[in-house]
Amino acid sequence: MIRLRKVKEKQREMAENANGGAPIRRQTAGELRLHKDISELNLPKSCTISFPNGKDDLMNFEVSIRPDEGYYLGGTFLFSFQVSSIYPHEAPKVKCKTKVYHPNIDLEGNVCLNILREDWKPVLNINTVIYGLYHLFTEPNCEDPLNHDAAAVLRDNPKMFESNVKRAMSGGYVGNTLFPRIM
Amino acid sequence: MANSTAPKSRSRDLDKLLLRPGNLVGPNFEPGAELRDDLQQYARVLVVGAGGLGCELLKDLALSGFRNLDVIDMDRIEVTNLNRQFLFRLEDVGKPKAVVAAKRVMERVSGVNIVPHFCRIEDKDIEFYNDFNIIALGLDSIEARSYINAVACSFLEYDSDDNPREETIKPMVDGGTEGFKGHARVIIPGVTPCFECTIWLFPPQVKFPLCTLAETPRTAAHCIEYAHLIKWDEVHSGKAFDPDNPEHMMWVYDAAVKRAELFGIPGVTYSLTQGVVKNIIPAIASTNAIISAACALETLKIVSGCSKTLSNYLTYNGVEGLHTEVTEFVKDKDCLGCGPGVLVDQLDTSVTLQNFIDMLEEHPKLLLSKASITHRGKNLYMQAPPVLEEMTRSNLGVPLYDLMGKVSKDTLHASGTINKDNKKTSGLRKLRVVFKGIDVVTDMDMAGGAYDQ
Repeated sequence: MIRLRKVKEKQREMAENANGGAPIRRQTAGELRLHKDISELNLPKSCTISFPNGKDDLMNFEVSIRPDEGYYLGGTFLFSFQVSSIYPHEAPKVKCKTKVYHPNIDLEGNVCLNILREDWKPVLNINTVIYGLYHLFTEPNCEDPLNHDAAAVLRDNPKMFESNVKRAMSGGYVGNTLFPRIM
Repeated sequence: MANSTAPKSRSRDLDKLLLRPGNLVGPNFEPGAELRDDLQQYARVLVVGAGGLGCELLKDLALSGFRNLDVIDMDRIEVTNLNRQFLFRLEDVGKPKAVVAAKRVMERVSGVNIVPHFCRIEDKDIEFYNDFNIIALGLDSIEARSYINAVACSFLEYDSDDNPREETIKPMVDGGTEGFKGHARVIIPGVTPCFECTIWLFPPQVKFPLCTLAETPRTAAHCIEYAHLIKWDEVHSGKAFDPDNPEHMMWVYDAAVKRAELFGIPGVTYSLTQGVVKNIIPAIASTNAIISAACALETLKIVSGCSKTLSNYLTYNGVEGLHTEVTEFVKDKDCLGCGPGVLVDQLDTSVTLQNFIDMLEEHPKLLLSKASITHRGKNLYMQAPPVLEEMTRSNLGVPLYDLMGKVSKDTLHASGTINKDNKKTSGLRKLRVVFKGIDVVTDMDMAGGAYDQ
């Protein structure tokens, strides 16, 4: 129960002590949990993280993945991460910034990874998401296609898929789409 | 009762609660006219949201004897609000909710003064929220509740025995409704669980796999989300989708209809499109009335002490019949929002960040090694990843006192490895840091108890 008289006194006292306070900026629970995830990051050599807004903005960062095996060996792929203030209640929003010929990544940069949407759980963290993304390059799968054509080629003609991927990464055409050179 | 031509007192019902003692009253309850008058004169309540719950709350609080209310809402009135936000009429569509709500209640309840704030809750200084005795929430999102909860908990201070200091407690009453279901809860930071303590109660949001949307839609909602999440970017690359723009919504609806036709899926309507895209559940006037009545009653109890408050989470379900239950949740002692954290005091102002990090390893209540430290959004030192470690390494030799802006005491957060009972777990801890010899006005003054003034 509030004692209204005590409140009146407190208001007077606060008016008197109204300086020397700490800076206003607080951190949301999401930022704090993200700080923990980032400070515990244990990434493989093939993945590097960068913070375009400096060391104090952990909510927006980029991850660069260079697969060291598989179809995409030699390419470099950039992903943008946007973390919300209610993280980890909500999964981070991840988009692929590199145009890529991949069954699970469409040409707009949407990534079909289960843990980013329907299988996200607050117990997962940034490390697991990055590993999940890395996995997309070492084991692309035709089960959950966002790029229908790429998935069909992977399923029916892996040799052609391999050459399509190489051509795309070298800056060539696959079908009617021109891909940027990333090797 | 004797016949009387004298008009009955407006506060006759309230008088029954405030003027006489009882068996269910709260601690420190002092019945009397002075309490009732203090309530009218000094009590200030903030109502956050002037929608379904907010309209009801303003009415209930004004009729419960409160005279100084503020209401904050960033939205304008829409036609679909009119079935339950009863303070609004057709001619009010387009006007700010807070302004119209305040005006209507002041017209009907003489003596009440309501100050409307037509802006986002983030646009107000933190000190604005500190002016109120209690904050009543009629919000519709987790983000907004999390924000207000963080603000209210930021006022909370603990003494050196880790007990909350009573005069820094900012109580909140939080209501929420969804169709025939609702909840009302009492949040007393430091005493009952705060919003963050119980955030695990929320089930994960429904998210369809992108590939289902792209390849194998089965429901009307899949078609709508396809149009909203995938097709929009394909056609409008770069332009952000605005759910409040009717043209954008119409575009999504049309695209969803085409998609549904392709797959032979029935059920795509404009109103379902709005519901799926904006996560809306149809609202019912009676649920809002019930929940805000509970909230208004708890507000009255907290401010006056006329009864023990509900402890501490009421749920209501009117889907079939009527069910309501109160559950007593316990607060999380490690809560980052309302917890006391661990007191690290008597720190010398010359202690460097590296010294501090080493100390945390030995501190009996922490045993935290390889700590990364953050202070009010500034990352003082990060153990990983390498790029951040390099950027913050130079702080290690700087006195912590300087890095924290030379204040006598403040809150820090540290994450690292906790070594307890031979087990290593990762942990994030809130630390209350106090430097010695800087400021004399601290817990020592409070040890004597309330003053007589």
